[in-house]
Amino acid sequence: MNKVFQSMRIAFRALRVNKLRSALTMLGIIIGVGAVIAMVSVGSGATNRIHQQIASIGSNVIIIQPGSQNFGGVRSGNGNSQTLTEDDARAVGEECPDVMFSTPIQQSQQQIVYGSNNWGTRIYGVSPDYLTIRDIRIEEGEPFTVDDVKSTNKVALLGKTVADNLFAGEDPIGKTIRIRKVPFTVVGTLVSKGQNSSGQDQDDLIVMPITTAKKKVMGGGRANSWQQIGQIMVQARDGRNNNAMDEIEGLLRQRHRLQATEDNDFQVRSLEEMAAAQEQATQIMGLLLASIASVSLIVGGIGIMNIMLVSVTERTKEIGLRQAVGAKTNDILSQFLVEAVSLSLLGGCLGIAMGVLASFGISYFAGWNTLVSLPSILAAFFFSALVGVFFGFYPARKAALLDPIEALRYE
Amino acid sequence: MDSALIRIEHLHKTYHMGDNHVHALRGISLEIPRGSFVSIMGASGSGKSTLMNIVGCLDKPSSGKYYLDNVDVGALNRDELAEIRNRKVGFVFQQFNLLARTSALENVELPLLYSDNDKSKFKERAMHALTAVGLAERYDHHPSQLSGGQQQRVAIARSLINDPQLILADEPTGALDSKTSVEIMGIFQKLNREKGISIVVVTHEPDIAHYSNRIIQFKDGHIIVDEAVKNSRNAERELAEWQDEVEEKEPVA
Repeated sequence: MNKVFQSMRIAFRALRVNKLRSALTMLGIIIGVGAVIAMVSVGSGATNRIHQQIASIGSNVIIIQPGSQNFGGVRSGNGNSQTLTEDDARAVGEECPDVMFSTPIQQSQQQIVYGSNNWGTRIYGVSPDYLTIRDIRIEEGEPFTVDDVKSTNKVALLGKTVADNLFAGEDPIGKTIRIRKVPFTVVGTLVSKGQNSSGQDQDDLIVMPITTAKKKVMGGGRANSWQQIGQIMVQARDGRNNNAMDEIEGLLRQRHRLQATEDNDFQVRSLEEMAAAQEQATQIMGLLLASIASVSLIVGGIGIMNIMLVSVTERTKEIGLRQAVGAKTNDILSQFLVEAVSLSLLGGCLGIAMGVLASFGISYFAGWNTLVSLPSILAAFFFSALVGVFFGFYPARKAALLDPIEALRYE
Repeated sequence: MDSALIRIEHLHKTYHMGDNHVHALRGISLEIPRGSFVSIMGASGSGKSTLMNIVGCLDKPSSGKYYLDNVDVGALNRDELAEIRNRKVGFVFQQFNLLARTSALENVELPLLYSDNDKSKFKERAMHALTAVGLAERYDHHPSQLSGGQQQRVAIARSLINDPQLILADEPTGALDSKTSVEIMGIFQKLNREKGISIVVVTHEPDIAHYSNRIIQFKDGHIIVDEAVKNSRNAERELAEWQDEVEEKEPVA
């Protein structure tokens, strides 16, 4: 242990002698480590954002949308046709064993009026399970019930943004709002979910029974009398996502009387799987960024090797003297190795500081999500030590194996 | 322990440079008893530096035997040689070879870094060595703040620190003026006399060689002269006389 401190003392003295040179050599490592930390933080920030996105959707959520329909060879695009019905939604909920909750969804953009205020927002006609699936909680009041859906009751739940804009501080519970001149009673307000990852306000909505939405708000056209709906949202049992998707597909093919040769006229997608795919893409991007950044770390290491070689040549006579007074091969080796590692570790620490600053800068100025993690800092620290050992070894070995007579004679 | 400190038998050293073979030493036999003060003289290329390198355990013989304190040096490996240099041999060079930007004290401590000594004693021992060469009060000076003679004294203190049996001085006065040279030789005489350390000095100045007790002359890889010095010079007495002369002259000036 004494020997290590000894070597460190000698090393720091040698580094102090050439302050500018040591600083410039360290700069390579500082930039390398800083870049790796910053890039990893960008990568994990993006991954983290996707995790949040999954959480805000709700877990194990599957969405069923109308698919393409074939009218005598003319195929419409996905989502343009209206092949899903409220009965489909109910059947999926009741007959698929791996589905816990199911709700039909019909959306439309409407203008809401309360007193002299008005506000345009999105109406979600759903069943009460919608709140469970999306993990939306009631702030004040009560959710609507299955009875409300059956009786087509004119009740509504307001998102925070809507409540703020229409009521401006007034208590909305029990008040009457008008949508297309139809009066609705506000039975509750929703807990704020904030913005989602793409910056969309998740509180700018009104939730009401699907029946009411279709019959009273969206105007009972032909489509509505057929009970057709925009989409079905489902929550599968934990870990049974894929089974649930298969069950839904089988059930709907049967209900829609599709022949084996016919394509699905609906689409079943797991939001989590989409998010997972996205997460993988983000991770690959993060890995790519980090590996590009680590190239600069290697370049920094080569800089250290270069300077150490120069230093060994310059100090040949000193090495000869140390050998003459009894320094063994390992003494000289460790002296130069410690010097190289000190350079790279010091550079690594400064680089970590710079990387952390840079990632704060990136999130502040570019508005990206960044996340500096402790493992990445530790990894950077050890990696920079490793760079010092790796690139310092050859020069140190060269010094240790010098012939003492030649070294002493060196001018 | 009455055997000679240095015993050399039929020593050859040949350097290979491509196809050329340079015979630097051609069969030397030599004994140096403990407590000797020997000068080695000879023109450059005579083989005296080669012998010094071998005696100092920096190099190994091509053939023949070299025993230092009864150890067969030819059989040692690189690290064993380093250890024997550390414990048994002190080096003094023509160009002093002190570490710049390092205090006199730390320069003297240098060999201790490479021996397993108690670190708490480093400073005490280094101060002791500096006192022996009369430079204790300059312990915190850097080499650039010291005169040539003072730097050489620091170097001698460094060679003393591990209580060696042998001090090898390669042209120790080559970079010094005459009076300082006498002072340095005085220190060697004192160390030889009081501590019984064997001293081998390489020089080509006969004046300097006459401070020793024995002169060995080399030519073309052979020893041509090996004789005791009659009436060795005494550096201390000469310095005292020098001092007297200066004092006598002073009233005139």
